[in-house]
Amino acid sequence: MVDLSVDLGNGLRMKNPVMLASGTCGYGEELADFIDLSSLGGISVKGTTLHARQGNASPRMVETPSGMLNAVGLQNKGVDYFVENIYPRIASLDTSLVVNVSGSSVDDYVAVCDRLRPLDRIAAVEINISCPNVKQGGMSFGTDPSMAAAVVVAARQIWSRHLMVKLTPNVTDITLIARAVEEAGADSVSLTNTFLGMAIDVERQRPYLSTITGGLSGAAIRPIAVRMVWQVSQAVRIPVVGLGGITCGRDAVEFLLAGASAVQIGTANFIDPTTSVKAIAYIEDYMERHNMADMSAITGAMKTP
Amino acid sequence: MDFKVREVVPHGRNYALLRMMPVKGEMPEVEPGQFVQVEIPNSKSTYLRRPISINWADRREMWLLVRRAGAGTNALCDLPEGSRLSIILPLGRGFDLSVRGNVLLVGGGVGTAPLLMLGKRLVTLGVDVKFLLGARTTSDLLQLELFKQTGETRVTTEDGSMGHRGLVTDHPLLTDGEIDHIACCGPLPMMKAVAAIARSRGISCEVSLENMMACGIGACLCCVEDTVDAGNVCVCKEGPVFNIKRLKW
Ligand SMILES: Cc1cc2nc3c(=O)[nH]c(=O)nc-3n(C[C@H](O)[C@H](O)[C@H](O)COP(=O)(O)OP(=O)(O)OC[C@H]3O[C@@H](n4cnc5c(N)ncnc54)[C@H](O)[C@@H]3O)c2cc1C
Ligand SMILES: Cc1cc2nc3c(=O)[nH]c(=O)nc-3n(C[C@H](O)[C@H](O)[C@H](O)COP(=O)(O)O)c2cc1C
Ligand code: FES
Repeated sequence: MVDLSVDLGNGLRMKNPVMLASGTCGYGEELADFIDLSSLGGISVKGTTLHARQGNASPRMVETPSGMLNAVGLQNKGVDYFVENIYPRIASLDTSLVVNVSGSSVDDYVAVCDRLRPLDRIAAVEINISCPNVKQGGMSFGTDPSMAAAVVVAARQIWSRHLMVKLTPNVTDITLIARAVEEAGADSVSLTNTFLGMAIDVERQRPYLSTITGGLSGAAIRPIAVRMVWQVSQAVRIPVVGLGGITCGRDAVEFLLAGASAVQIGTANFIDPTTSVKAIAYIEDYMERHNMADMSAITGAMKTP
Repeated sequence: MDFKVREVVPHGRNYALLRMMPVKGEMPEVEPGQFVQVEIPNSKSTYLRRPISINWADRREMWLLVRRAGAGTNALCDLPEGSRLSIILPLGRGFDLSVRGNVLLVGGGVGTAPLLMLGKRLVTLGVDVKFLLGARTTSDLLQLELFKQTGETRVTTEDGSMGHRGLVTDHPLLTDGEIDHIACCGPLPMMKAVAAIARSRGISCEVSLENMMACGIGACLCCVEDTVDAGNVCVCKEGPVFNIKRLKW
């Protein structure tokens, strides 16, 4: 028997390494018609901000080769709405609940974490540092080690449970950011978020997205994400959660071998909402075939010449 | 749910009707105006599913009417008979079936697809249904015989090759006819023009939106439309059919 459970530290223990990625599964409920949510390792719910956000204008998505660009813009009803209306509906789910937190200032992140504190079924926050820092000219928190660390230090003071930091890949050296947030007190890092991209409708000579640029996700980004997970897992001691273009169990195993302790499934949920449960079965079978008894045997097990 | 394609009937050069049956079991209950998300089989040039309206369905069979718009819809129109399709259905909320009186169903191009099932359903509910179908030219008028069998059908063509010359919005049935409710599906500019006439005449009106969709199940928030009462809402979940009262156009 293979033991798929994974302990990411500081109270985030999951029955298996497969989570749903933020922004691609709503609050989990949207996928409940297709999968048994309690079979998942965890769910990272939609990006949550202090105040309600309407998000960007349409069009918000366009398909690109083996992927898609999105410009949703963190549409959500705000943390208070989450606490009062959504949490009670999902609190009884038998899976690890993670809230993805976004903000446009350090104070925003802290205020959201503070509001989440009374919710004892929330095992972790996943701090999304890909957001623009409004006070610092709109530069993303996640592209500067000291800004990234400042968010984590502040959130750490108020959030004692598991604190995961979601890294943006839109940097020259992602290991610098990973080390900065580890130093600042993060319990784990998840990577990657979407890659900044752009596509033009050449006949109309206009961008496809209302925001001109958007976030690229899907299979197209997988090799880059795998490379980054591999680099980061060697640069930090905290667990790494890998994502970016996973479409099936085989792809998930690729991230685990590269050094991830767990994985998240994003855009693939749109193509096949059952991808996550199929991936769990695949990983179990894979580990059995390769005589791997538990997750420590597969994480980082890539052999190099 | 897996489907087996029984028949692919070309409708002119640009369209095809796909008739299919579930591989196992019965068709789920579907409402007129609901849609499906179709996986494009063996396609290297598409990634996501494609949203397509349900043209007709009963307990055994479903029809999809597809216009060639790009790689995905081309692949569907060229499917060999017997092909298997993975389809998520039924999705979204369809047309209001509680409407009564004189109901006008206005369609443009392939947007006529969901109106066939809607018309047939309304007729069985005792509603007086008329169709007003517009197209560029005669060969873009689809399933005309089936519409005529269902109710009084008027057509407009931009080149005047059949029916009234011009757009549906030029047709006296829409501008002056006695109408209690309009249900409309077609290109966005057409729906906006029909909605404007409905507003000015004080007629209740529903439209079926085709915003760009990724998931089709309310999980990604890519397909939103701005509403008067609730801001941005998912077209795939709260629509695709909306009463124009809710829309900001
Ligand atoms: C609710 C709904 C119902 C629809 N019903 C029908 C129908 O019954 N018959 C039919 O032929 N078509 C229907 N469409 C439109 C159909 O989904 C698009 O034509 C199709 O996705 C185009 O894919 P493609 O790969 O052929 O072309 P692409 O090259 O991908 O795109 C061609 C054009 O199609 C439109 N389009 C592309 N992707 C999408 C998408 N994901 N969502 C919406 N529009 C898109 C865009 O305007 C794009 O420029 C419907 C769309 C929606 C949202
Ligand atoms: C429509 C959409 C919305 C997203 N929203 C969020 C979000 O709110 N917060 C976040 O941290 N990541 C968000 N992401 C990024 C995903 O969680 C994930 O990091 C990225 O898509 C790469 O993984 P994938 O290729 O498996 O989708 C979003 C992605 C998509 C496609
Ligand atoms: S298409 Fe994903 S929410 Fe509507």
